[in-house]
Amino acid sequence: MNIKVNGNDQKIDREYTVKELLDVLNVKMKEYVTVQLNDEILSRDDFDKIIVKDGDTVEFLYYMGGGSR
Amino acid sequence: MNFSNEQLERYSRHIILKEVGAKGQEKILNSKVLIVGTGGLGAPAAMYLAAAGVGTIGLVDYDKVDLSNLQRQIIHRTKDIGKDKVISGKETINEMNPDVNVITYHEWISSKNIIDIINDKDYDFIIDGTDNFPAKFLINDACVLIKKPFSHAGIIRFEGQTMTYVPGEGPCYRCVFQDPPPKDAVPTCRQAGVLGVMGGIIGTIQATEALKYILGVGELLTGYLLTFDALKMEFRKIKISKRKSCQVCGIHPSIKELIDYMKPQCDLKEDHK
Repeated sequence: MNIKVNGNDQKIDREYTVKELLDVLNVKMKEYVTVQLNDEILSRDDFDKIIVKDGDTVEFLYYMGGGSR
Repeated sequence: MNFSNEQLERYSRHIILKEVGAKGQEKILNSKVLIVGTGGLGAPAAMYLAAAGVGTIGLVDYDKVDLSNLQRQIIHRTKDIGKDKVISGKETINEMNPDVNVITYHEWISSKNIIDIINDKDYDFIIDGTDNFPAKFLINDACVLIKKPFSHAGIIRFEGQTMTYVPGEGPCYRCVFQDPPPKDAVPTCRQAGVLGVMGGIIGTIQATEALKYILGVGELLTGYLLTFDALKMEFRKIKISKRKSCQVCGIHPSIKELIDYMKPQCDLKEDHK
């Protein structure tokens, strides 16, 4: 099945929960990443409940500090 | 408002723009922008806003200029090492444009002072140029609670991100990032490094957003997170949504008072280790 990850097409072999998908895709900083699934920002508590399906759009958003010092 | 001949010439490239004109330049000259942090992001933002003629610029920073700042914090010069950053910033702005009134706040921001600082001159727009998450969440929550627009940004290595919050119009920073990460979980520029120009690119976008907001033109980065990857030379404008469960701007907000995630004094001590 095909999903879109951070704007790029990605093939995955089956449906996964968000939590599983973080491992399958080897997402960096998975403890702290924000996940937006089809325009909805997910609560971290729901990562193991929500399933990513064919055609879904996933955005992994990262904390970025920096700036001053 | 009557422009002096010098002002007509100084701002001529603005005034000729149909989106600005004399009316828009007058708005800019009457506007007040608060810049929190005069570092990598705040330095270029402050300089472009000063050149544009923003009438009142507030600078907030407790730090002093350090040699390691000069690779990117272009408002400060070699001669300024050891000087308070807000003073160094004010001096540069005064040299650039005498139309700008610079207000300095030589303080670390905290729950105790951030709202007073914003209300001091009733700033129209706030630029978050800070380097740490306690400050970023503090600015977000303060702006949501007292209904002020602000620009968030962050930079690290060859990457940057920015978004604009406008009260009642889109998601806030906390909608996206929920809570600050644990201390040291996310690297800082000091730990990971940053290409000096990143602050220039992202800080200048923040200044652009402030000017667009003041002028009331174009589309802001409200409801979008703009990310920039300098190595790939790739910008992405990611649509982001309000989170109904957001602790500060959601349907049932639990945050009604500001939170100090880190005591500023601790940060200060660490810096001098």
